Amino acid sequence: MPTRTLTPGTDVLDRALVVDPGQRVPGRASGFPLRREGPAKLTGAAKYTDDLVFPGAWFGTTIRSSEARATLRAIELDPDVDWSKVVVATAADIPGENIVSSIKDDQPLLVPIGGEIRHVAEPVALLAAPDRETLRRLRGRIRLVTEPLEPVFDPELSDHVFAEYDVKHGDPSAAFAEADLVLEGEYRVGHQEQLYIENNAMIAVPGEDGGIVIHGSMQCPYYVHNALKRALQLTSVQARVIQEETGGGFGGKEEFPSVLALHASLLALKAKRPVRMIYERHEDIVATTKRHPAVVRHRTGFAKDGTLVAQDIEVVMDGGAYCTLTPVVLSRGVLHAGGPYRCPNVRLRGRATRTNTAPNGAFRGFGAPQTEFAAEMQMNRAAELLGISPAEIRRRNVYVLGDTTPTGQLLRESVAGEEVLELALGASLFERVRERTRREAAQRTGSGTIPTGPLRTGNERRATGIGLALAWHGAGFTGSGEVHLASVASVELAAEGRIRVLTANTEMGQGTKTVFPQMVATELGVPVDWVEYAPQDTAEVLDSGPTVASRTVMVVGKLVILAARRLKETIEGRSNGVPFHEAFRDDAREHGATRIDQKFEPYPGVVFDDATYMGDAYPAYGWAAAVATVEVDLDTCEVQVVDVIAVDDVGKVIHPILCEGQVEGGTLQAVGYATIEEMKLDKGRYLNDRLATYLIPTALDAPHIRSILVEAPYSGSPHGAKGVGELPMDVGAPAVVAAIHDATGVWIHDLPATPEKILAARHGERAPAAVGPGKAA
Amino acid sequence: MPAEPPIDTPKHLFEAYELLASGPTRPIAGGTDVMVAITGELGPIPERMLDLSRIEELRGISLEADGLVLGARTTYTEIRRSALCREHLPALVEAAGTIGAAQIQNRGTLGGNIANASPAGDTLPILLAADARILVGGQRGEREIKALDYFVAYRKTALEPDELILHVRFPLPGGRQLRFRKVGTRRAQAISKVVVALGWQDGPRGWSDVRVALGSVAATPIRAAGTEAVLEGARPTPEVADRAAETLAGELQPIDDVRSTADYRRAVSARVLHRLLRDAGGW
Ligand SMILES: Cc1cc2nc3c(=O)[nH]c(=O)nc-3n(C[C@H](O)[C@H](O)[C@H](O)COP(=O)(O)OP(=O)(O)OC[C@H]3O[C@@H](n4cnc5c(N)ncnc54)[C@H](O)[C@@H]3O)c2cc1C
Repeated sequence: MPTRTLTPGTDVLDRALVVDPGQRVPGRASGFPLRREGPAKLTGAAKYTDDLVFPGAWFGTTIRSSEARATLRAIELDPDVDWSKVVVATAADIPGENIVSSIKDDQPLLVPIGGEIRHVAEPVALLAAPDRETLRRLRGRIRLVTEPLEPVFDPELSDHVFAEYDVKHGDPSAAFAEADLVLEGEYRVGHQEQLYIENNAMIAVPGEDGGIVIHGSMQCPYYVHNALKRALQLTSVQARVIQEETGGGFGGKEEFPSVLALHASLLALKAKRPVRMIYERHEDIVATTKRHPAVVRHRTGFAKDGTLVAQDIEVVMDGGAYCTLTPVVLSRGVLHAGGPYRCPNVRLRGRATRTNTAPNGAFRGFGAPQTEFAAEMQMNRAAELLGISPAEIRRRNVYVLGDTTPTGQLLRESVAGEEVLELALGASLFERVRERTRREAAQRTGSGTIPTGPLRTGNERRATGIGLALAWHGAGFTGSGEVHLASVASVELAAEGRIRVLTANTEMGQGTKTVFPQMVATELGVPVDWVEYAPQDTAEVLDSGPTVASRTVMVVGKLVILAARRLKETIEGRSNGVPFHEAFRDDAREHGATRIDQKFEPYPGVVFDDATYMGDAYPAYGWAAAVATVEVDLDTCEVQVVDVIAVDDVGKVIHPILCEGQVEGGTLQAVGYATIEEMKLDKGRYLNDRLATYLIPTALDAPHIRSILVEAPYSGSPHGAKGVGELPMDVGAPAVVAAIHDATGVWIHDLPATPEKILAARHGERAPAAVGPGKAA
Repeated sequence: MPAEPPIDTPKHLFEAYELLASGPTRPIAGGTDVMVAITGELGPIPERMLDLSRIEELRGISLEADGLVLGARTTYTEIRRSALCREHLPALVEAAGTIGAAQIQNRGTLGGNIANASPAGDTLPILLAADARILVGGQRGEREIKALDYFVAYRKTALEPDELILHVRFPLPGGRQLRFRKVGTRRAQAISKVVVALGWQDGPRGWSDVRVALGSVAATPIRAAGTEAVLEGARPTPEVADRAAETLAGELQPIDDVRSTADYRRAVSARVLHRLLRDAGGW
């Protein structure tokens, strides 16, 4: 356990427990275990899906549409090819329903003849061959006969609505009438690619019982399991899903793996042998889900002193061609759209529609980074117009204990907005640096050397800017999501005396395999090495829900801790009080295996009404602040993010090194989102569809990141944890864009804030087309 | 993996010439362009390949009477570490340091950059600004091509299919100045949005032999003749810099593509030139 230090100083700070990074020693530091799968990954011994050998396995590939929208008339196989040596599968081969099971049943595994192709690179047929060379040769010999239909690319012009929300609180129109400042703003964000290191990969092995065993890269084995049962008409036993070592997910392996597992299975059933489907990067980028593009419009009323009096916010998200998880992404986006601010009069409207691009889906932050970017932009612009500091306007409005959110949720506990704000301001010397950057900006203007024309340079080459952002992030699933999931996790004392944790929650680099045994070992009072983590195999573990929504430590961690406690009680009860660590081996010999299954129970007092959209949207919230410092090249408008102070309240730090890793990774992903990650489109086709064109920050582009972890525990969890993975993703982009403004004087409303947009804004030129919805280049 | 093409690995130039003359074969030096191109995904897989990695005649950096000579197989790392390059061609050293990142610099070669002839090839504007000469050879003999004559059209060069690039000669007239600036999307592994190289000779009557060369703003690396004319015989004063920048913006016809926009490329080419002139003028 970390020794926790209170940061001395103000009252505000005394409420938060700040984990002092100085306490950490690399490696096995004061009780924090090393990553379980770390050594195998470092030495190259770890086996990812593509490393697995299945004798006799064939290779599978997907035949995809080249049009954004069309009717599929026929699939023609070149008559000059001997097709008996390979296997071709189409929708006609699907034994069950032609549906990728998700929220709505709108997505087919394969477009059927007569069906509608709804996006470029949509799967239409599958091909398997004994070797890759044959596959490569024959894939071009399958021709799709189609009739084009008119595609829709602008989500605001689409008449097919996936989801809509409307939240009202107070009386916004009356409040706007009385506001001293009414500020409007329109913000756009584009697609973002998860870009996990390991591409999507699945191997399907047909079983004797007519079933299928899936080995693959995924976040949610039971999502895949459900999808298999449904489309292939398999029983729970016939469908078996095993997660293999997974090289990153970020949400990109939440729902998409079901598609690939189904494809591999169809081919494997038809070929009667294992089939490998391993995407290459290009295919992974063109065919799999991305972060939802969005347009967010704000109308905000402020009193002179910066107090928020009214918010009217409209969120439009581009769902892409199929629904996938869009309704829940939109829901989180809308619920976070006001930002972490108290406002008595609020209207939040959200709409997500269908367009003819590949379906968008889960990505770290799940809708919140899009809308919180807009909220923070609005706050920073308002501060500028009102002549108060970005810090001060937040101090006046940030939620405190006892405030009520737009859904009527009373914030009863674990509210740390002020703490994270003050810590970020203090650690970055925000006001002092800002005074300097503003002085420098004034000098640049006053000296007369500021370039007078767009083709001239000024005296100064570079400008420094500093920017602030604040965010909240609802912990766990939205609304009644966790109740519907009804997760179960287990801790077992096996007959041989082994202690095992059994959950369906996956390791994808974030540390599940390390922290669950750590938590159980702490409860049982045994060394962490004595606790095993059972494989994520649906034949072995129950459904503890998906590994998403930063819920693993908070929600499943609670189940694991409670199960461990019950196991300890049971064993110590049987041993007449001999402590667990001394008693468990004898107990196992005497009584055989003891397994405790712990079911999710609703958090006490947390009530949400799906129908009215009112109530406790989340059991608790995590709070984050970031201060970014940038340097902008005044000649080229290239932006270098030099430094980010990231302060994150995660409720309880279970493993400081892993927790900090999440903050650093999330911050860097947000820096990429803010500055360079861009997906341009041409008629529904991604133009940045390779690593040569979809660029993310390299090590040289990474800022110096200082993470400060804060603990404002949540009483609904035995450990107090609220989750960390997504939190840093919400604040990075608005902090960077605010810093760019501080350096250059221009506001960039559309992400990414590229040099092209900054230069155009600085010199009043035509801004390049935004990549967001409706502005496809 | 698709079937690998057969690979010949000659030790001497004359053997390589024979192989080139006897049928289509694809030279491979560092492989950093070729390996990306031959996976079968982006185009046909070559029938044969010609591995240049054993031909010592293509290596080496030497100072000769008529300039600095770099073998085609010189890698970016070698350029960066070469005392001769640092002394005589610091702009090339600077350019080499912007290419890819360490791994690419260890393998990628100057000859490969020139043969590949991407409009975004980072060393190519330097070749143009330095009036470099490219020595090529084959069974039919050897010849020198001026950098200016080398880039014919989009990825089309004056190199014949049966020829190899042997080395590049950079003349080093006394007092010759060269400057380089690359603008890319990120700080490593970035294909250029704009590359600018500026060369000149300072004299009592102002600048002479001015070269303004650019990459990523046209189908090939180009020289901006109108801008060169503005600077020829002039000095880098604020007025001259303004006029040169405006002329450059006027004569460039870049395009919008996946990496950048025409507007940005035009404006930034001009601004970078303006900055280089400002630095040269010391104002
Ligand atoms: C990740 C990555 C980053 C990159 N970054 C940059 C960058 O920042 N800037 C940049 O300019 N380039 C960049 N490149 C492209 C590439 O590295 C350079 O063009 C490099 O100089 C190519 O040299 P090479 O020896 O690897 O060429 P090869 O790949 O071996 O060959 C390239 C071409 O030249 C031909 N060829 C090679 N040598 C000869 C010769 N002596 N005679 C005749 N033909 C020959 C080959 O047949 C082939 O067509 C990058 C490439 C990668 C993969």
